[in-house]
Amino acid sequence: MRSPVRVAVFSAALSLSAGLLAGTALANDQLIQMSKDPAQWVIPGGNYASQRYSPLKQINVDNVKNLHPVWTFSTGVLRGHEGGPLIVGDVMYVHTPFPNKVFALDLNNEGRILWVYEPKQDPNVIPVMCCDTVNRGVAYGDGKIILHQADTTVVALDAKTGKVVWSVKDDDPSKGATGTSAPLVVKNMVLVGVSGGEFGVRGHVTAYSLADGKQVWRAYSMGPDSDILFDPEKTTSMGKPVGKDSSLKTWQGDQWKIGGGDTWGWISYDPELNLVYYGSGNPSTWNPVQRPGDNKWSMTIFARDADTGVAKWVYQMTPWDQWDYDGVNEMILADVNVHGKPTKALVHFDRNGFAYVLDRTNGALLEAEKYDPAVNWATHVDMKTGRPQVVAQYAPGQQGEEHNTKGICPAALGSKDEQPASFSPDTGLFYVPTNHVCMDYEPFKVAYTAGQPYVGATLSMFPPKGEKNLGNFIAYDVNEGKIVWSDPEMFSVWSGALTTAGGVAFYGTLDGYLKAVDMKTGKELYKFKTPSGIIGNVTPFMHNGKEYIAVLSGVGGWAGIGMAAGLTEDTAGLGAVGAYKALNNYTQLGGVLTVFGLSD
Amino acid sequence: MTFARVLCLAWILGAASPIALAAEGDAQAQGNADAERPYKVVNGHVDRATFRGYLYYGDLCLRCHGPDGAGSSYAPSLVNSLKKLDKRQFEETVINGRKNVTTASENVMPAFGTNIDAVQHLEEIYAYLKARSDGVIGRGRPKRIGETDE
Ligand code: HEC
Repeated sequence: MRSPVRVAVFSAALSLSAGLLAGTALANDQLIQMSKDPAQWVIPGGNYASQRYSPLKQINVDNVKNLHPVWTFSTGVLRGHEGGPLIVGDVMYVHTPFPNKVFALDLNNEGRILWVYEPKQDPNVIPVMCCDTVNRGVAYGDGKIILHQADTTVVALDAKTGKVVWSVKDDDPSKGATGTSAPLVVKNMVLVGVSGGEFGVRGHVTAYSLADGKQVWRAYSMGPDSDILFDPEKTTSMGKPVGKDSSLKTWQGDQWKIGGGDTWGWISYDPELNLVYYGSGNPSTWNPVQRPGDNKWSMTIFARDADTGVAKWVYQMTPWDQWDYDGVNEMILADVNVHGKPTKALVHFDRNGFAYVLDRTNGALLEAEKYDPAVNWATHVDMKTGRPQVVAQYAPGQQGEEHNTKGICPAALGSKDEQPASFSPDTGLFYVPTNHVCMDYEPFKVAYTAGQPYVGATLSMFPPKGEKNLGNFIAYDVNEGKIVWSDPEMFSVWSGALTTAGGVAFYGTLDGYLKAVDMKTGKELYKFKTPSGIIGNVTPFMHNGKEYIAVLSGVGGWAGIGMAAGLTEDTAGLGAVGAYKALNNYTQLGGVLTVFGLSD
Repeated sequence: MTFARVLCLAWILGAASPIALAAEGDAQAQGNADAERPYKVVNGHVDRATFRGYLYYGDLCLRCHGPDGAGSSYAPSLVNSLKKLDKRQFEETVINGRKNVTTASENVMPAFGTNIDAVQHLEEIYAYLKARSDGVIGRGRPKRIGETDE
């Protein structure tokens, strides 16, 4: 559907709900207005639907070749820089990995620093962060910038001054709980998830009051119905009520208490349906033999009522995970044709290599197709039961402890990780940054100690047999459930994509390039090598009537850990170049924001 | 090994490591020569202890030091480190951890002294990393002695 129609529908619905709640000016309304202004970027995913699409078109397929950096900004932090800046009015808000600084930059004054916030955090939180000290960005609402710190403190800063308005502790880092995800402001609340799947932290999403930080609701991923906010009769899965104790029944003993299912990905919101959507991560430990059962509701898409947190519907993608295929990737809400039928869809490119399309109103599973042909751990998803048809040869849990299961695709980092895809209402296609990596996986028994890693598997990673590229940037059509085009990349594409009305899609590469490609064909139109590898998300904005493209570089994260020294011995690759090369031969650490524009 | 013993070992190492280490049961039996070559490798295949070292490296260390001890964007290559560090320095670093937090860096090597798996398998992890550092085994999962070649 073209955007104008959709916008009209949206705002009609909004004025209705605003009318019902007479008097309360919701942060929503303001955010929705602001997110419709293409000059700003006020929600991490661009809009509540997490589409990462910009109606700006000054930069287009014809002139993007003339793009060039216009200003840069060093964050002074070396670790992996995920996420992207927000642009609110004339101010850009840039965040960093630990120590989680926030900079307010004045766009009227060539990026002069208006204020800096640097929290005091115990450095002991650093080693309990799973894979590098990343942070995926701040949220904005009602004049406040919300930061989710590594030590799980959620802090609201006055957007004008950087002064702390309120602060609340979400969980306990001494038990391995950490904060990495970007919050989302919904109504008069801030929603945050938690990280810690490698430490046996039981995941939850919590809503805090935007005004004072008081807890409104908290929904765990697993446990008794009262913890997970399920109504046994009304909460549905695959169209049926889940019944009593739907989570507890799928765990042995008390394992669910250290069962993971962390909520470290992105959150989306449909104001019309008043539902928030997000996914839960891997069950703990990585050794499936230690936790028999479906391990509900890890690896699950949740649709929850924004006001109460009660789940309307759920869908578990990977029951009894044996591969670390966290289900946390972004939920893109789009009104598209699915098999020719106009649908209020939720589209999710999961770590497990399947692109899921559900009816977001009721959770009906409409489509689940592989978006990387290398995926082999399951043949297909049974559309009646919703369960993947697992291939025993590639199932480490079935093979047993201390058995090396070989050649599983994708690797634990997934066919795609947290790096968000983009949806263009102009082409109706999804633009997806992907990993093209396989693994051997060997689970073994581990003991649980609070605050200590709880992994229980070792793995080695390599490109799919006979191939060299470790990533692809693809265009995907959910109407037919197939890849439209695929651009090979030397390394995994670990950067959030952006599509624009100018017909250009943007993404960054691990070796540091910002690339612009033609959305119709995938043809490369422009590239520029930034100071470090890119794991950040590309962000557009307009200032004084001119369009700009911004991106954080700063290699790191899981990608930097897995690939810095290369995946295999240099000599192992039949003399092949590229794929077998180490990332650290191409790029080094360092956080820098680069802003691109066109000359007059 | 009991949990009490683990805690005790950690405490001893923290307090007075040289003497305490020498008195530590399992390590005591091994002479200096063994400490230098703590692994057994036959035709590229490793003994059980070295193999378990590989497993526990994957469990406890890989997420920072990268696959196969090769280093990452986050933490140094232990293949290189063990060319300089001796066994005692290695063990002391792992048990007590190390903080290197300045305005320019936020490097924290966690203390594993209270981690049962780490303390129990420290010798094996050392054996594995030393074999990698000495170049007698390559990257990826090593084969066990007796395991068939494919
Ligand atoms: C949370 C991340 C993290 C984990 C997990 C971790 N390390 Fe480290 N390690 C580091 C960092 C960072 C440094 C560098 C510290 C510095 O700059 O002084 C380091 C340093 C070391 C050193 C000293 C290297 C030298 O050259 O001086 C050794 C030895 C070491 N680690 C061994 C291990 C072992 C063995 C394990 C697993 C049992 C492990 N580490 C797990 C982050 C980690």
